[in-house]
Formats: sequence, C-alpha cells, structure tokens
Amino acid sequence: MPVALFLALKFLREGKAASTLVIAAVGVGVSVIVFLSALIGGLQRSLIEKTLGTQAHVVVRPQEERPRPQLRPAPSEGVIVASREQRPAQRVRSIVGWQRTMAELAADPEVEAVTPVVTGPGFAVRGTASKSVAVLGIDPASYVRVVTVDTRLVAGALPRSGTEVAIGSELADDLGVEVGDKLRIQAAGGRTELFTIAGVFRLGNREVDARWVLVTLRAGQTLLDLVGGVSSLELRVRALFEADRTAARMTAHTGLVAESWMQLNAELLTALRSQGASSLLIQVFVVLAVTIGITSVLVVSVVQKRREIGILRAMGATRRRIAAVFLIQGGALGMMGSIVGVATGVGVATLFRRTAVDPRGQPLFPIEVEPSLVLVAVAIALGTGLIAALLPALRASRLDPAVAIRHE
Amino acid sequence: MSDAGERDAPVLELRGVIKEFGQDPVTRVLDRIDLRIEHGEFAALVGPSGSGKSTLLNLLGLLDRPTAGELRVLGRDTATLDDAAITALRGRAIGFVFQFHHLLPALSAVENVMLPLVLAQGRTRASDRTAALEGLREVGLAARADERTTRLSGGQQQRVAIARALVGRPPLLLADEPTGNLDTQTADEIFELLREFNRRWRMAFLVVTHSPELAERCDRVITLVDGRVVGDRRPR
Repeated sequence: MPVALFLALKFLREGKAASTLVIAAVGVGVSVIVFLSALIGGLQRSLIEKTLGTQAHVVVRPQEERPRPQLRPAPSEGVIVASREQRPAQRVRSIVGWQRTMAELAADPEVEAVTPVVTGPGFAVRGTASKSVAVLGIDPASYVRVVTVDTRLVAGALPRSGTEVAIGSELADDLGVEVGDKLRIQAAGGRTELFTIAGVFRLGNREVDARWVLVTLRAGQTLLDLVGGVSSLELRVRALFEADRTAARMTAHTGLVAESWMQLNAELLTALRSQGASSLLIQVFVVLAVTIGITSVLVVSVVQKRREIGILRAMGATRRRIAAVFLIQGGALGMMGSIVGVATGVGVATLFRRTAVDPRGQPLFPIEVEPSLVLVAVAIALGTGLIAALLPALRASRLDPAVAIRHE
Repeated sequence: MSDAGERDAPVLELRGVIKEFGQDPVTRVLDRIDLRIEHGEFAALVGPSGSGKSTLLNLLGLLDRPTAGELRVLGRDTATLDDAAITALRGRAIGFVFQFHHLLPALSAVENVMLPLVLAQGRTRASDRTAALEGLREVGLAARADERTTRLSGGQQQRVAIARALVGRPPLLLADEPTGNLDTQTADEIFELLREFNRRWRMAFLVVTHSPELAERCDRVITLVDGRVVGDRRPR
C-alpha cells in the first residue's frame, strides 16, 4: 500500500468521531443533490410528457394568408396616402405538394417521425346536444409515433375506417356516449357525416379531452373539404430541446411556417428553466457547505497533527507525500460521504415514490435515480473532497519540521 | 559519493558553522562551530539551557540549514543539496530519538517502528513489518507490537522510539534528552540500550543530555556555551 494512503487511513481512523461527522455531513449533502435532481428531473419529465402527450414537437403549416394590395399609389409631393391592410380570416388550406415536403422532412436526421394531419372546427351532434369540437383527420399508424394517443385510450381503439371516430373522454361524458355509439360530426363548412365511436382517449388535458375528435385522414379531408390535402405536417424530433432550432431550419428550408413546442409553451419552458436554475443553485450551496465542512475538519487536523507532521518530515517524508496524506483524507471523506449520500438519496426517492401517489395508487410523477446521476454525485463529492483538502494539504506540506516537532 | 566513500568520510563534519535568527536585530545562536563525529562514536552534547544545543541538533539532523559555514554529512556538503535531496539524506542517514518519544498515536508500536522503512520505500511491504518486529524484539517489546503506543508506559514508548530510530540502521543517531522524561532506573536502562546498539552496529550517537552522570559514561563530551564549543574531551 502506498505510504500516503496508509497514513491517511490511519489518521482518519484515529479521528473517528470527526471523520464520521464529516462523512455524515457529506452524505446529507450528496443525498440532497441526488434526491433533488431526481425529483426535479422527474417533475420536468412528467410536465414535458404531459404537455407533449397532446402535441407534436414541431408543426409545419402553410404561411398565413395576407391581402395583396392591387394598387400601390406612388407618393408624390404634397400628397399623403393612408392605407390599411386588413388581415383576412384564415381558412383551412392545404400545404402545396405536402407529400414531397413530408418525404424531405422524414429524411432529416433530426426527425424521428412525421405525420400528415388535416384539422378544422366542427360540431359533434348527439340528439339535441351539440358540442364545438376540433376535427383531426389523421393517419393513425404514423400519428401515434408523433403523439402517443394510442397509449392513452381508455376504451376501444383509434379509427380504422372512414366511418369510425375516436373522441376525448370529456366529450364522451358530456354527450353521454361510449364505444359503439353513433355520433354525427358537422364541419364548419357545413358537411355532415355519421360516425361510429371506435375509441375514447384521455390525454390528460381537459380542453383537448373535451374537444378532440379523431377521424381517418381521408374522412377528415372529405369532412373539411380538403380532398387530397393536409393542413399541417406534425413531427417528433430526436433532440427535444433542439426543437426550436430544428423548426427554424425547416422554415428556412421549406418556406412554410414551422413552430416548435418550445415556442408554443414558452411559459412552461421558462418554468422548467427556473426550476433547473434553482436546483443548480441549491446544489452549488450544498457543495459549498460540504467543502467548508471537509476543509475545516482537515485544517483542525493539520493543527492538531503539527508535531506528527514534523516527525514524519524528520524521518524522510517529502513535502509532496505529506500533502498527499491530507489530499487522500479529503478524497476518502468525499468518497465515503458520497456512498452514504447516494444510498440515502435513493432511499428517500424510493420512499417518496411510494408515498406521493394519486388516488389510484400511482406515483404522482416518475422519480428515478439514473446511474449517470449517481456517477455525477460521486464525482462531485470526490472532487469537492480533494479541493477542500488542498488548503490543509499545502499548509501541512509547508510546515517547518524543526518548528513542528517543538510544537506543544 | 560511493558507499565506500561514505564509510570513509566522517559521519558529521562542521567547519565554521554559524546560525543566526531574525533580521533586526540579528541573534547569533551558533558561532563558528567546528566539529567532527566519526563512525561508531558515542558522544554527549552538554551545556546550559539557551546554549544552542537544540539549534545545533536541528542543523545536524538536517531539519534546518546553517546561516554560514560548511556542514557535511557522510562527506556530502549539505549546502549543495536541494530540499528533496536533504529529505532523502535525512531519511537514510539520520535517526532521531526525542525527549518526548514523539510516536504517532494513530499507529501501533510496530507500525511506528516501520515508518522510516516505509517512508524510504514509498509503500508498505511485509518485509518492513518483519524488520520492525525484529527491532521491537531488540528493545524487549515484541509481545506488545500491535498495541497502540498510548497504552504503553513512558519507558516502553521511549524503547519503541529507539527501535524506530534504529530500524533503518542509520550511521548517525541524534538523541535529544532521551532519558530526560524518565525515572532514574528506566533512564539507566534506556542509556544502556543505546550504548549496546552503538557497540553492536558501530553507529555514531550524539546524545544531548543535562545529566553530568550520563555524559561521563559517554566516549566523548562536547560542551556548548553561548553558541560556542568550549569543551571537547574524552572522559575515559
């Protein structure tokens, strides 16, 4: 065993009480880091999952319609021309050449899945009851790769034919319908079709569950008077937090409007970033507290062991070796504290997962301690231990052996 | 310098060594010391308090450097050596026995004795423990090898300190009042132990003592007063 390690372990064992306290303090710090990171990570994942469970990462649609003035009066001296261009109401329009655009987008390495959607307003009519709805004509096979509505079905299945429809659970409750019942859908343009309810889904968003009506793409095109066309292409991207940049690139490339989930959920994103920043701040303070704890214990140890350091120097220990003895103590305290901390953090996270449950007994949100988080926590504790030991180690190595031996 | 050269050279040689402390005013603690200690000598260093004995011992033990003059250990001029070389020479050539034994309480008796060997090699080895146990046997403490030194009596702790100083068989052993903290009988036993090792291994011993009786039992008595060597005689 290297002599510095041998002496460091002996010194740690000698100061058992102080070592135990520091290990406990580091353990508490590391457990806070582990638990807090897992908690905030789980909370963020849950929020993103809930938000993106109902929407695509990027939506590509045609440019807005703008009026094109027929006459642009040439300004002449002494004449002031006032003009006002009124924004027209937007109608459901198709993306020109959407198949080609969809193929191009699908070939993008950043894109995981792309699906065509035709969407427009309408009414769901059942007897005398009528509800305002959003009609979505989808290709179920590719749509579920973008929005995981298939995993959120509470009854039945997604529509397989032009006569089938899947509706949100709130809408089903409002209209008093269930799978197998008939439902008339009337588009804003006036077309009406009778559908059989094939499935009921719950996406967790009250507004969506009360308004969404999913039909097949062809049925949607017919209902919304957009035969052969689609109103948007919806995408799932590989890098969730790069969606903004991917969307901007698509706008530049296609000339269409590409909007990312980040633009549509700017407030959520700000909240997530604020959460991340507060978590980081807490971690910084924890690391600071741990550093001060280890440093103070080792500084006291150097003062207490002045004479022993002098003796070691007299017997041939180099300055570097003396410094190594204290650095190793710092590292060992950090390492042992991190093991205690990770175990405690995982324990608290497990306890939280078991106790913080909804009425159905399901965890409120996923909270998992990833192996990478454990590695980061251990690395932080080890690094903190070494940095904390640096000052005491330098002080110890600089002690004059003749003076240190005389120290009473 | 070769091993043979080190064996032929005096263990210690001082020429005109001066040691001063402070800047304004400068205090001269050692003044033009000339001294030579040969292999196998057993010398006592005596003098009143404040005569400079501890300062001289620090210089001889390479724990401090002279302000002026020449200090050679085993023929090596220490002024030409850097800090690392001084540390290495000190670890190899000089053993220390202090008045208050200065054992490391974190270590057992055998681990304390192992220290000089472990520090010289940079790592612990099984052979170091064997050598340390042999050293403890020489001082009559093999049975208590694995005990913490805090559980040993003052005399036993000093024996452990002697075993530690001798385990690497250094050519020079410096003892700073090794019996000063012990009762008369134990002091006598410790002194005889040192003499025995001096005779057996031909190590040079320089023992600082306040006891005129112990000094008279040495081969040579060097007297220091006000930082100067004022006497250097052989009692027998």
